[in-house]
Parts: sequence; C-alpha cells; structure tokens
Amino acid sequence: MEKTKQRSAEADPRNEQGKKPRKKREKSGEIMILTYFFLLIFVLLIGYLVYFQFTYGESMANSPYNRKRQNQLAQKVVRGQILSNDGEVLAKTETDDEGNEVRVYPYGRTFAHVVGYSINGGSGLEAGYNIRLLKSHASIFKRVRNLTSGQKNIGDNLVTTLDTNLQEAAYDALGDSRGAAVVMNPKTGAVLAMVSKPDYNPNEVGELWDYYTSQESSGDSTLLNRATQGLYPPGSIFKVLTTLAYLREHDDQYSDYHYQCDGYIEIDGERINCYHNEKHGSLDLEGSFAHSCNSSFVHIGFNLKKKTMIDLCRSFLFNSKLDIPIAYSRSTVAISRATTVDQMMQTVIGQGDTLVTPLHMAMMISAIANDGKMMNPYFVDHIENEAGATVKTYRPKKIGLLMTTEETRIMKKFMSAVVNEGTATSLRDEDYTVAGKTGSAEYGTTKGNSHSWFICFSPVNDPEIAISVIVEGAGEGSEYAVPVARKILDAYYYNQ
Amino acid sequence: MTTIITTGANYLIIVLFAVYTFQSFQVFKRKTEEDRKHIYRMQMAGIYLISFLAHLVMYLHTKDPELLFFYCAQVMFFTAVFLAFPLAYKKLSRLLLNHMCMLMSIGFFMIARLDLERSVKQFFIAAVTMVISLLIPALIRKAKFLKRITPFYCILGIGLLAAVFIYGSVTYGSKINVTVHGITIAPSEIVKILFVFFVAGMLRKNTSIGNVAATTFLAAVHVLILVLSKDLGGALILFVVYLSMLYIATRKLTYVAGGLLCFSGAAAAAFFLFNHVRVRILTWTTSFDVLQHDSSQVSQSLFAIGTGSWFGSGLYQGLPETIPVAVSDFIFSAISEELGTVFALCLILVCFSCFLMFVNISLQLQDSFYKLVSLGLSVSFIFQVFLTIGGDTKFIPLTGVTLPLVSYGGSSILSSVIVFAIIQSLYIIKQDEGDHHGENETKKRRS
Repeated sequence: MEKTKQRSAEADPRNEQGKKPRKKREKSGEIMILTYFFLLIFVLLIGYLVYFQFTYGESMANSPYNRKRQNQLAQKVVRGQILSNDGEVLAKTETDDEGNEVRVYPYGRTFAHVVGYSINGGSGLEAGYNIRLLKSHASIFKRVRNLTSGQKNIGDNLVTTLDTNLQEAAYDALGDSRGAAVVMNPKTGAVLAMVSKPDYNPNEVGELWDYYTSQESSGDSTLLNRATQGLYPPGSIFKVLTTLAYLREHDDQYSDYHYQCDGYIEIDGERINCYHNEKHGSLDLEGSFAHSCNSSFVHIGFNLKKKTMIDLCRSFLFNSKLDIPIAYSRSTVAISRATTVDQMMQTVIGQGDTLVTPLHMAMMISAIANDGKMMNPYFVDHIENEAGATVKTYRPKKIGLLMTTEETRIMKKFMSAVVNEGTATSLRDEDYTVAGKTGSAEYGTTKGNSHSWFICFSPVNDPEIAISVIVEGAGEGSEYAVPVARKILDAYYYNQ
Repeated sequence: MTTIITTGANYLIIVLFAVYTFQSFQVFKRKTEEDRKHIYRMQMAGIYLISFLAHLVMYLHTKDPELLFFYCAQVMFFTAVFLAFPLAYKKLSRLLLNHMCMLMSIGFFMIARLDLERSVKQFFIAAVTMVISLLIPALIRKAKFLKRITPFYCILGIGLLAAVFIYGSVTYGSKINVTVHGITIAPSEIVKILFVFFVAGMLRKNTSIGNVAATTFLAAVHVLILVLSKDLGGALILFVVYLSMLYIATRKLTYVAGGLLCFSGAAAAAFFLFNHVRVRILTWTTSFDVLQHDSSQVSQSLFAIGTGSWFGSGLYQGLPETIPVAVSDFIFSAISEELGTVFALCLILVCFSCFLMFVNISLQLQDSFYKLVSLGLSVSFIFQVFLTIGGDTKFIPLTGVTLPLVSYGGSSILSSVIVFAIIQSLYIIKQDEGDHHGENETKKRRS
C-alpha cells in the first residue's frame, strides 16, 4: 500500500496504467469512463477521416468547383491519354517546341460527347476523370529524373471500355439525324459505344465555343450528351415495364390473357388509338407486345395496381440517381396514388409525363438480357501509367437482381416475337439472333411528331451486346431506329 | 532544385512527425527514466528538424528574409522554453512540454505559410504568455485562495461574456470578439478557464441537490449568453465541460442523461429558431455527392483535404489560401492539404496524447478541487479539438472553433498555453501531495 502510493507520486507517465491505492481510486472509475468516451469518439473521427480519404477523397478533388487545384496539378503533369479498349488513342496532349500544350482528339467528332473536352470546365470522361489524368504514377526513376531536369511528369492513361469499331458504326448509322445510341455489354455494364447527334469537333471546341454555346439557346444543344442527358418520352418501349407489371400480378396465368383490338380503346370518354389506327384483332399477351398494341396495353394498364407499377419503376431506377462519372439526367416517371385514369392510360404506353434517357433504357434492356441482373454502366476498364503498368482496375458492379429467371425468360420470348413476327421483322433474316422492342414516342403538341426508339440485345440465347437507339422526330421505331441498330449489329458480327 | 527540396522535405516532415507520434505512445512502455529521457530528447530534435525543414521550403519559395529572422526567433524561443520550463516547473511532464512546443511550432509555420505577418503576431503573443505562465506554478500553489474566490470566477466569466454580447463585433455571423484600444480579444477563450475553476470550486465538496441546482443555473447563464452571441462552439464546449465535471463530482449518470435530454431539446429549438444553426446542420447532412457541386465553406475544406490526399501537396504546392478562414477555424484542412492526411492523423493522435496526460494528472491528484480543475480543462481541450477537426472534415456540423495552440488567434493561443501551464503546475501539486504523504508515513513509522 505504501509502496504503491509512493510510486504514483513520481512524475511518471506510466502511472496512468499503474495501480493506484484504493483511496485515490475515488472517482477514477468515472474518469476512466469519460476517457474511454473520448477515446471512442476519436477512434470514430480517425476512422471517418481514413474512410473519407479512401472513398471520397478523389471525387472531392475532382469536383468542378475545385478547378483551381486541378489546374495547379496541370502545371506539373502532362495530361494523360484516353484510350479505347483496342488501344486506339482517343485523346492525347501534344507539346510543341515552345512548350505549349494542345489537347488532340484523333477521332474528332466520333467520340465527341463521351470522351468530352478538357477546357472550359470540361465534359465527358475528360471531366469525370480529370484528377486521374493529372496524376502521374510514372516509375520513381522517371519521376526523380523529371524532378532534377525540371520536366513535367507524364499523367496516367485511361483505358476505356469504348470500342472504336462499334463507336464508328453507331456514329455513321445515326448519320445526320438527331438522336443517340448506346451500346453496352449486358453482362458487365461496360459501355462499348455512346453517340449523340448533332455532334461537334472537340479539336475546335475552344475556337468555336461561342458558336456551340449559342446553339444551346437555339435548341440544337450540340454540346449536350443526349445519350445520358437527353430526356425523351419512352413511347412503346415502356411496354416492357407494363408487361413485367402484368406478369407480376398474374404469375402463371399470363397465357390466359386475351384482348380483341379494334384499333382504339375508350375508357371514361378518353380515347387512345393504336399506331396508324391499325386493328390488331385477337391478341394474347405476346401478340400485344410483339405488335405493340396500344389498346391492349391500355386495357392491361387500366387493371394494374398502381403500387405494382410504382415499385417496378423504382426498382428500375426511375427518379433515382445513377453512379456514372459523366453528366446525366434522371429518368422520371410520375405515378402516384393520385394518378388519374387518363394519366395512367398514357403512362402504361410510354406517353404522359414519363421521361427517360437512352442510357437508362440501355440499362433496362441489359438487365433483361442479363437474366434480370442490372449492372452499373462504366466507361473505364483500368488506369495505367505512361509505361502501361496498371494502376487501378475498375470491376463491374451489380446494381441488383430486378427480375426472376422466369420473368426474363418470358420477356426474352416476347422480345424475340417482336423481331420474328412483330414490329421489327426487318431483323428476322439476319445471321444473328436479336430480341428487342420498338417504340414511337409522340412529343410536343403537334399530333404525329414522334421519336423513333429501338432497344435490343443479341444473340438471344447468350446476349453479348445490348443497344438503345433513339432517332429524334423521325417517326416509327421500325423505320428509323431499327436500321441504326442493325448497322451496329452488323459491325459487331462482321467487322471484327 | 526548389521542387526537389520541397518534395523531399515534405516526405521527411511526414516521417519525422510519424516517428514523433509513435514515440509519444511508446514512452509509456519504457521502464527506466533514462530510456524515457532518450525519447524526450529525440522528440525535441524532431520539433527542431520539422520546423527547420518547413522554414527551409518556405524560404526557397518566398525568398523573404523576414522568414529567416522569424525562424531564428523561433529557435531561440523553443530553446528558452526547453531550458526555462523545467526550472520553473519541477517534475513537469516532458511529454506534455514537447507536445505543447510541437503544436505551437506547427501552428507558427502553417500560419506563416498563409500569412507571415499574422504568424509573427501569434509568436509574440505566445512568447509573452510563456513568460507569464512561469508565474502560474506559484499561483496554483495558493490553493486555499483559489478555492475561496469561487464567486469571482463566475462574476468575471459572466461579465466578460455579457460584455461581448453587448459590445462585441460580428464576425462570420457570431459575436466572439471585443475590441479594446485597438486590441481584439475573444473573451470566451479565457472564460473557459474561469468556468472550470468556478465549477470545480462549487462542486468540490458539496454535491447536494441544492448546490448542484445553483451551479447548474449559473453554468446555464454562461451557456445561454454564448448561444445568444451565436458562439455555438463556445457554448457547446462549456456545456460538455460542465456535464463532465458534474458527472465526476456527483458520479450520477442520471445528471448526464438529464443534461443530454436538455441538450436535445435545446438543439431542436436552435434548429428551428436560428438560421445559422439550421444552415450548418443542413450542410452537415448533405452528401458528399452533392457537396462536390457546391462551393460552401465545408466543400472548400473537403476539396483541400481530398486533393492533398495521404501525403499532401507539399508546402506552397497547394492552395490552402482558398479555404475560408484557413488560418484559424480551418487550419486543420490547410495542414491536411499541404502536409497530407497521414500528417493530419498524427496531429490528431498528438492532441489525444495531450488529453491522456491531462487525464493522467486528474487521476493522480487527491485534492478534489484540482482533480476537477484538471478534468475540466482536459475535457475543454479535447472537445475543442474534436469540434474543430470534426467540423472541418464534416464528421459533425461546423461550429467554428480554433485548434488549440495551432490555430491563429491571440486569445486562443493565450488560453491554450495557460491551460498547459496549469496542468504542468498540477504535476507539482501532485509532487507536493506525494511529499506530504511521504512525510506522514515516515512520521507514522517513527511513532
């Protein structure tokens, strides 16, 4: 007892752990509790800071509001290259004799929107991976040599998932039409091609900036990436979801569905016509889908529970944010308990207040192709240093299992019927198999103005690619969007 | 050449500070006094070396001769502290002395990086305070006197806070400062210490309900004036300090629970009543994805920390000047940006090590007044560290308080140094207690 007392009287930091005589223990229990409390909150604080730096440090650094620091990095590092999945250079920085740096895009307009530009705030992958391109993981020897010789380090390269063959095919297929095309690998979510029209030349975006931005106000919106930011009514391709909702409510009895189409349907005085007022006659569910019969789907939609539709749309990421590195718009659907019969009738056939992006529709068709599993779209496969050594690899990310195997089996069957006997028969005689859905989405107030949609995947049995195409203001899906998809499929099967 | 030295010095600073931090905890394992002394000497060397490297890099970038004079003044200052303190404070904690100097040194060069003039000002205030603090051991020994003047702490404390509330100037929406004859002071920094002495004086013996109620009432007056002055950080610190001291004095968790209940009610009321509280809390609940597309204070701070990454950009290689109030409230972010998150994490650990040494003395003291004083100061110190670092990193809502010894602010450095000086004096008190008991024991043995 005496001994311990004397020991604790020394100026000895160990005493904290050392034993204290009983009398001095008075209140020490409470003090220790308090100490542990602060220890706990500091452990949490440190853990949080480490977590922040690992998870959000880079995305914070990459913020468009943090350009000053990014520009400062650019003083020390030559911006890295952006490469296609087959090693083609999509963007590089060239330095002339006087040390002036110019960003060069060898493919010009072809990759304009998805690769983007690095000046004036940036866009596309150039902006999404700005900080990555400005970081150098060159070998330590090279960096020390650059340090001593006063040269800039060479930034890391992005190796994208983009495929030059498919991108060129999609670019050419859209031609002079306005619209967009997205090609994805449904199993991984890798974006293989992404085109938006009208396009611009990224090599001239600096000189022509005023011209391009003035177009924005005139409605052309050349700089806008329609594939991710363009919001369009989905038209008949939305029937995919209506059909799914019907399957969910009727499980095994969907084959009992029958409808007699007279070319129009009238509910509560609201009349909806089939496309071109065509009379489809006697239809089951597959026939209704294959022929895209509006009347039949309005009939289905009228009897659907709103909750089924709301839940389904939510699981398919309507009104939600996406995890992609480039600018995008959220797809929106406006169904609630308060939705009127008229609105519901419009919504189930893809009209009304529903707006979707071509990328989102590519994700939807990919999920069906991938047995119900929706994958997160991604653009960059890996990052490598200037010598080609991998710095970071991006792995496919699953968003969720949205459908049962049985549901996808039925949907695939219906989508095959679209090609074999329905609205996309022009693809029937190809050497490859395709399943998909066409759409003609009316827009604006003028009757008859419509966007042409086609979403599809191929081959049917073991899908390798999924495509989403929209041609603005063109008209029927089968006439304009299907040929675009065919050209992309041809390139995929015959041009490799 | 400058770039090579900057890069090299940056990594060296991080390594030196990591070693310093490691040793701060290693010292507890050392058995012999000789081993510990060795570690303390290595830590002192670390302080000098880090300061040297930082000033070297800064000089290469600014070529400002004033910086060289400033550096020499600092070397003399720290040497004087290392020599004079052990004389004035017998049996002081060397570890705590090292920590105090290390934190001040980091503050000096980081503020100089942002604003040399202010750093020099900070340095002078620190130096004067150091001289004053040599008198503190003598003052602390007058325990009877200090215990007797309990009402004085309360009257002076409330008076100072009221003066700020009435005459204070508004900065960043809060009334914190008062300007007298051209000198701006933040009295709440001083009141923190008075408050601890007041509560310790009240609760040291008597923990009856009546006395607790009276103390709580007077403590609440302190806190309310601060809330009305919109000094949220100050109010929160006093509240937590009071709750901790009340818990230690009464050993009743029910009081703590009651206090937290009141706090929840007050926080909810503040959320609806005060716009600035609402703004801070809403910013805090905003996700990082949204903050990326934002240019608020907290976003700026997170950009700095994120861009600096683990090893920092190196001094003068980042843009800490773009962070709002980088020299004071956001100094942690400025440090993170240029010296890196690893260095910043070590800084947190060093602060926590200070806290452990504070608590250590609280555990060992027998006198309940000093036990409470040291505990109150410990909580005040560590909670302030938590508030500023947590706020800068968006771990908790921003409250706008300074990082003790590091942040720019005359009143802040003054009160922080005094807190460290009081704790060091308490190590002498403990020694006296030990001697006293030692004498008793020998007497007993003789009889």
